Amino acid sequence: MLIKPLYAMLLGGALLASQAQADDTIKIGVSQPLTGSVAASGTYVTNGARLAVEHINGEGGVLGKPLELVIEDNKSNPREAVNTAEKLILRDKVPVMMGAWGSTFTLATMPKLEEYGIPMVVETASSSKVTTSGNPWVFRISPTSMMEAQAFAKQLSSFTPAIKKVDFLSVNNDWGLGAAGAFKEVLESKGIEVGRSEIIAPDATDLSAQLAAIKNSGSDTIIVTSGVEQLTLAIRQAAEQGIKQRLITTGGSFPEPLVKNPGPKGYVSTHLLFFSPWTADQALHPQIAGAYMDAWEAKDYPFPGLTEGFRGYDAILTIAEAIRVAGKAEPEAIRDALWKVKLAGVNGDIAFHKEGPEGRESGQNTPNIYIIQLQDGEVSAL
Amino acid sequence: MDQFLQHLVNGTVLGATYALLGIGLTLIFGIMKVVNFAHGELYAFGAYVAYALVSLLQMDYFVALVLAAGLGLLLGAAIEFLLLRRCRLENIDEVMLIMIGVMIIMQNAELLAWGGVAKVVPTPFPQESIIVGGIYLSPTRLFVLGAAIVLLLAFYLVIERSRLGLAMRATFQDEDAARIVGVNVSRIYTLTFGLGSSLAAITGALLAPVFVVTPTMGDLASLKAFAIVILGGLGNIRGAALGGFALALIEEFGAAYISTAYRDAIGFLVILVVMIARPQGLFAAKERVG
Repeated sequence: MLIKPLYAMLLGGALLASQAQADDTIKIGVSQPLTGSVAASGTYVTNGARLAVEHINGEGGVLGKPLELVIEDNKSNPREAVNTAEKLILRDKVPVMMGAWGSTFTLATMPKLEEYGIPMVVETASSSKVTTSGNPWVFRISPTSMMEAQAFAKQLSSFTPAIKKVDFLSVNNDWGLGAAGAFKEVLESKGIEVGRSEIIAPDATDLSAQLAAIKNSGSDTIIVTSGVEQLTLAIRQAAEQGIKQRLITTGGSFPEPLVKNPGPKGYVSTHLLFFSPWTADQALHPQIAGAYMDAWEAKDYPFPGLTEGFRGYDAILTIAEAIRVAGKAEPEAIRDALWKVKLAGVNGDIAFHKEGPEGRESGQNTPNIYIIQLQDGEVSAL
Repeated sequence: MDQFLQHLVNGTVLGATYALLGIGLTLIFGIMKVVNFAHGELYAFGAYVAYALVSLLQMDYFVALVLAAGLGLLLGAAIEFLLLRRCRLENIDEVMLIMIGVMIIMQNAELLAWGGVAKVVPTPFPQESIIVGGIYLSPTRLFVLGAAIVLLLAFYLVIERSRLGLAMRATFQDEDAARIVGVNVSRIYTLTFGLGSSLAAITGALLAPVFVVTPTMGDLASLKAFAIVILGGLGNIRGAALGGFALALIEEFGAAYISTAYRDAIGFLVILVVMIARPQGLFAAKERVG
């Protein structure tokens, strides 16, 4: 007889304790690929997010409470991305999320946001579908492939000899295929001929068949879309196979291993980045970029990782600002506040405009894009 | 024509490494009837050994190769001795579960030890490709091809010409009869598992400077190894070697002349057709049943 009330007391006590703990901090759910084919990028983004939380908590947190990241590994896998979202929302009860690195993982997660009514700031994803499918819980700070292609088109005159014909090498997912589509459309409108379009599986390591197929296609440029690991392999294997075309990568990832272990001498690759630590003085807000870079360096994180770490940093700044504007850490209030956010970030100014079907719009930011070149492990602005 | 030859060269180099992966797996299956799900993890293990020794300890790459083979042998033998011998291989389900467990533990241990971010192993060879008649081949890949062929031949000689190979083949044909004529079957099992594992590990170490090293690299290697073994005929060593080259060339030419998007699908489609037409595998001789 005595056991029942005792048990209830214990259970009640435990619940109260966890409630008290939950109220001490404001939780932000993070879903990133920390393992699998794009693990490098996910790790950098997560580190950037950690730095932003340290920075904000160092200044007293938000609404008088410190921020707390709840980080889950989506394993570079869309199924796992859904699982991480459910875990973060249902078990950790996060009022807002950041995620999920990449269009495929983000698109897989999105129905869960709508189902449970949780806003998510998307720090990396370039498929137009993310903001045009009518999910009002999605706010993207990264550029779409179309934005990237248009920014690139403005720089076409910087390339000598001029770009006349392009081939594509794209990872087989929403990101890679979407980017190829957007770049084709924009480049064709500029009178540039579009040649072959070769596809690589997300986990492929040997790209020699694809590269050999492009080698004699008569193009002068290959546009490559994939993560850090496959960009590294593509550039190294392209150089090995004596590919003469200019190689341009999209999506903001940087083949970091080539800085320490460059491929054949003299081989040049071009990269579209959303933050370039090598030319940080050209950022719109150099002092914010500087603070981010100093914090990164203080942790001894690899320097080239700065190119993607900023995504996590800016996303957390955005979420913190939304919570501050909302005045409370509740999902709906945060979502409404995200529309009002006006913020200076590492990439530039962050503010959301409406995209997608009327009444169900998603938020899309207009970020800056930088073009850099890599040769023999040295990076320079284009 | 240049392009055709380039694809042929690329496919042959890839095929040599597929063959190494395949014979390691088929050896273990053929002699022990163990479906080794951890084969790809031993491949990843070899690659991490190369990374640790070459990138971190600045050791010579060729010494690292030998050590990777040696450590792979020890690890494989230890897995057999500690986990498989105790369950006496009577129940294939149990053995499969044990090997799946080993795979999960090894992959997560690698993740814990090295993190999820890909590692790079520097190549000891010049980066500039060798060009013959418009065909490009990097010196590292040429070395991989050479080393793989030497290993394949050495392995063939061990199986066909040595006393150990004779004992292994005897165990493969009839375990009880082998025991009667004095073969130490337990020792053959441990050695077989060690040798098969060693081949996977040295393949990983050979390919480490060609690709990048990640904790999940074993998944793809396992998948390919199983495909090769099925293509060549389960337990057939010559079949696995030929199956390795066959799969790589099918993938390479399929990607080149049909579609890169379906590169893997083309390989597996051919396997499907082989399974329907020749269930015993492409190169298997008629096997005694029962």
